[in-house]
Amino acid sequence: MCGIVGLFLKKDDLRPQLGDLLTDMLISMTDRGPDSAGIAIYGDESQGLKMTIQSDTPEETFKGLEDNLNALLGAPVRMRVVDTHAVLSLPEGSEAEVRAYMAEKGIRVMGAGQSMEIFKEVGLPRDVAARFGIRQMAGSHGIGHTRMATESAVTTLGAHPFSTDGDQCLVHNGSLSNHNRVRRELARKGFVPQTQNDTEVAACYISSRLAEGANLGEALEGTLADLDGFFTFVVGTRNGFGVVRDPIACKPAVMAETDSYVAFGSEYRAFANLPGIENARIWEPEPATVYFWER
Amino acid sequence: MTTMANTQIREDLDIGVQPRTIDMAWTELRDLNSTLQAQAGGEWVIENPRGAHALAVGLQAPLEVTIKGSTGYYCAGMNKEAHVHVTGSVGPGVAENMISGSVVVEGDASQYAGATGHGGLLVIKGNASSRCGISMKGIDIVVHGNIGHMSAFMAQSGNLVVLGDAGDALGDSLYEARLFVRGKVKSLGADCIEKEMRPEHLEILADLLQRAGADADPSEFRRYGSARKLYNFHVDHAGDY
Repeated sequence: MCGIVGLFLKKDDLRPQLGDLLTDMLISMTDRGPDSAGIAIYGDESQGLKMTIQSDTPEETFKGLEDNLNALLGAPVRMRVVDTHAVLSLPEGSEAEVRAYMAEKGIRVMGAGQSMEIFKEVGLPRDVAARFGIRQMAGSHGIGHTRMATESAVTTLGAHPFSTDGDQCLVHNGSLSNHNRVRRELARKGFVPQTQNDTEVAACYISSRLAEGANLGEALEGTLADLDGFFTFVVGTRNGFGVVRDPIACKPAVMAETDSYVAFGSEYRAFANLPGIENARIWEPEPATVYFWER
Repeated sequence: MTTMANTQIREDLDIGVQPRTIDMAWTELRDLNSTLQAQAGGEWVIENPRGAHALAVGLQAPLEVTIKGSTGYYCAGMNKEAHVHVTGSVGPGVAENMISGSVVVEGDASQYAGATGHGGLLVIKGNASSRCGISMKGIDIVVHGNIGHMSAFMAQSGNLVVLGDAGDALGDSLYEARLFVRGKVKSLGADCIEKEMRPEHLEILADLLQRAGADADPSEFRRYGSARKLYNFHVDHAGDY
């Protein structure tokens, strides 16, 4: 199973409500997977770089971290702690150095970019959303996932969304059968998945294609040729939102579009609270067909 | 919540209101289904379905049920004698295993609409997605729009009528169901072939179109059926299975 949702705003009027709407969408999909939940949200762009980090012992781990990073980089660093996660505002060009520091300290990096923040934990969508205050978050688009694990362990790092490059994230319903071979090929290109999870390989695949110069549509098209298995993917980039289903298309998907937004849900229930849903265009995405929107 | 819902339903029954309305905003799914299953007939309106699963399933009497909005999985499953009308769209498995009666959907249907149905009439006024009529066993299905891939897979009997186009692998491993398509067929599945449209087929089709409220000329359709080459194992066909 697994439940996936996504909301991409075409206009700014709903920006303040994005987190609230996404939270309701994700909670409505709880029956589809109770193991873990997560959301990636594209909020205000920072001047430099945003990095979301996670620790199972946040009180100890995050204590003094801001000062240590200030000293390391010789530039101002801000840190906003949100439960087990923290969002760092870092100077531009410091990503590699900070990632190396986090690896050394055993702190998990969930994702980085100019606008994306990513929050995921083991637990029900309702509880995960409350812990991170997702309802209060504003933004232009976001994607969410509630997991019924099949392929790898129920852990924070095994939860979706997966982010494998700047401002990119992916959620998945299904399972991939050739992920080990693709994982080795991607690793040779420098895209090394952090976990044994099949979905992270798909995220890395899209990141590698985008890095090679493909646009979002071409990268999604590539998944149909190079990934084997069952999948409905929903993908976010800094300014884009994409959906693709495998040719068998047994993993459910429904989409809704109005003048204000494009929404994705594993089921129609996810849309029940969206404004103007009564008059939205609602359709089931076709198998082996790429859909994407960019602002 | 359970007590409140039952009380409301009982009050409506006592005063004989027609149609009786059940609001899913405060009614438990099991209360809805057990109430409907206990009826011998009558008109019922279900409000605020909000994509809920398994609405109006297992009905066994000639009720007239209108669901105002869109539903989730398995709407009107296992239906016998009842007439269920959905004003919105339906999720996967609508009218699964229907015995008799009718189910009419104003919007679209997700995958495996009418799967394994033994009888009755399923009408989809929008499009139906993949695996429509999979393993149908006597049900009649009329889709005003298009149908997706692998529709009528292993369909055994009954009629599938499509006013629009059909996706890949239509009628794969088909038995004796009749498939009528007005638009394009992307591809036929193993052992499914186009067949001659004889007068008796035009008659069946005209009746189904009329009952489904579809304004279409039977002569515009093509008929597809089984080549009957996969009924018994033949080593030359091993690659087709």
